[in-house]
Amino acid sequence: MKRKLELSELIFKILSYTMLCIFALCCLYPFVFAVSAAISGRSAVEYGSVVLFPKDIQFEAFKRMFGDNMFWNAYSNTLFLTLFGTIWAMFVAILGAYALSKKRLLFRKFFNFFLVFTMWFSAGIVPQYLNYLATKEVFNKMGIMDDKWLVVIAMGMAAMNIILLRNAFEGVPSEIEEAAIVDGATELQVLKQVYLPMTKSTIATVALFFGISRWNGYFWARQMISNQNEHPLQVFIRLRLEQFTDAEQMAGWNMPYASDSVIYALIVCSIVPILIIYPFIQKYFAKGVNVGGVKE
Amino acid sequence: MKAKVADFLIFDKETGVYREDPEQAVRDDVEKHYWKHVATNIAKDWRLYLMLIPMLLVFLFWRYFPMYELLGCFKVSDNVLPVSQQLFSGFSYFKRLLFAGDGLSTDFWRALRNTFLLSFYGLCFGFPIPIILALFFNEVRSNGARSVFQVLTYLPKFMSTVVMASLVTMLVKQGSLTTGMGIVSRFLSNLGLISFDTANAGLLNNPAYFRSIYQISGIWEGAGYDSIVFFAAIIAIPPTSYEAAQIDGADKWAQMRYVVLPSILSTIVIMLITRIGSLLNVGYEKVLLLYNAKTYVTADVVSTFAHRNGMGTGAGTGIAAAAEMMNNVIGMLLVIGANTIARKASNTSLY
Repeated sequence: MKRKLELSELIFKILSYTMLCIFALCCLYPFVFAVSAAISGRSAVEYGSVVLFPKDIQFEAFKRMFGDNMFWNAYSNTLFLTLFGTIWAMFVAILGAYALSKKRLLFRKFFNFFLVFTMWFSAGIVPQYLNYLATKEVFNKMGIMDDKWLVVIAMGMAAMNIILLRNAFEGVPSEIEEAAIVDGATELQVLKQVYLPMTKSTIATVALFFGISRWNGYFWARQMISNQNEHPLQVFIRLRLEQFTDAEQMAGWNMPYASDSVIYALIVCSIVPILIIYPFIQKYFAKGVNVGGVKE
Repeated sequence: MKAKVADFLIFDKETGVYREDPEQAVRDDVEKHYWKHVATNIAKDWRLYLMLIPMLLVFLFWRYFPMYELLGCFKVSDNVLPVSQQLFSGFSYFKRLLFAGDGLSTDFWRALRNTFLLSFYGLCFGFPIPIILALFFNEVRSNGARSVFQVLTYLPKFMSTVVMASLVTMLVKQGSLTTGMGIVSRFLSNLGLISFDTANAGLLNNPAYFRSIYQISGIWEGAGYDSIVFFAAIIAIPPTSYEAAQIDGADKWAQMRYVVLPSILSTIVIMLITRIGSLLNVGYEKVLLLYNAKTYVTADVVSTFAHRNGMGTGAGTGIAAAAEMMNNVIGMLLVIGANTIARKASNTSLY
């Protein structure tokens, strides 16, 4: 049924499009500005004539950064933490969520409470810090001097993600599992060949959550990793920003780029990987959240 | 598990006397062999319990052991010994923080107030905007245009706090000998919203602007993403509801008022209650990255107060743990209260 748009509907439609355009542009603007400022010439950045598009284009800031060994080091550390952190977190979360989703698990209520209580009450950052220090000592005594592994194992577990997975597993009809068991499948085979394929979108979503929180992780990586060579990218960016002073700016008086541009170039480099994978997974993952998050 | 004495006996109406309950023997048997029953089950399903172990260990080590460290808030002032070897002194740290009236105590009260205010303003300004955005998304009929809007507005959520804070710092930074001020500062001062001198001194160095910067960057970061859940509720409304309203002569506003709003009210209530429950959980990372000594007046929250005292050169871990203890206990009570209300109000429990 095709109806003529009423005046009020038309007004609201126009309002919606306008506001959405404004908000979307606001969301995008800082990133565009960062790119422009990273590749603009020195005087344009320093006197603030870069507003949206780059002026006097140069790539020296990027070149200087790519020539910096510490940058590549930080990048590879971030890749390391993201890769192994996500694998470890998914391993723990999938197994735990699978066991929790089974009605026949004894003390199921207790285990659920054990998990959910950490969402209600957190010890806070100072006790966590003391605890990590103690763990670090134990690790060092065991001969693991690499703080990276501690960060991989100890950080980034989230009860919410396990609950998302558990709900998804609970949604799989138990008849399918029974059929698989009749066919002689073991517990692990059931998980691998029945549950994982059937909850693909939730698994992808949760892996994405873990991966992004690892990629973006800053505070604990900075607190726990004492060796500067092991710092991930986020810590590297932050330290650069903190050490960023007028003196440095003065010292670089003959550079073709402003020292701001280096910071912007760093920011751009840290978000590019997320920007690349983001459009592919965005739809997928909004669906996964809805499927996994609804609990009747 | 222990059966009461009266459970053994049932009243026999025919004879008028109490006699032993025959089923009690079965119950006794189950009770007596309860742990055997548990053991058999676990032995049969050992793979399932093995799967649970990594998760339990992770949570035990890195979520529950810190709670044990938290007991440091009761210990005698000493930073060296671990909690287990401490003498416990009761509530001296709490008294110190709450009633001492010295600089530390004033700082703590300020931090508590700031924590509450930051999240309260977040609730007032940050909560309605995702709902409004979801209503706008619903107006965009073309799928292509809508996904463009969605991709763009969800995007900032996936940026790290460090990137976000660095961008904010650069956009409102102070002017100096060699460079001009940040572009947003300049824009605002050109519009006449703030004076040139304020803008030139750097907005992040001015306590009056910290809360606004925190909230605006929060909306920029999360509003699009937070609208997902409301948008999902809105598209679940069957089109027939709108058609019925239109036949009754409802214009757009009436449809909003009588069709859309009642349909998404339960979602709104649940989300609101969740927000109220997490009123004392301020994202400390973001505050830590944006504040400095000049803005402690409005920016210092309990976590950052604890961070400075417990992990830097401050009053020590005991004081810090006591501060976090108070914050987190109140926080937990809020969460549990909010969850209870949610369960009563809508029969949906969040946890």
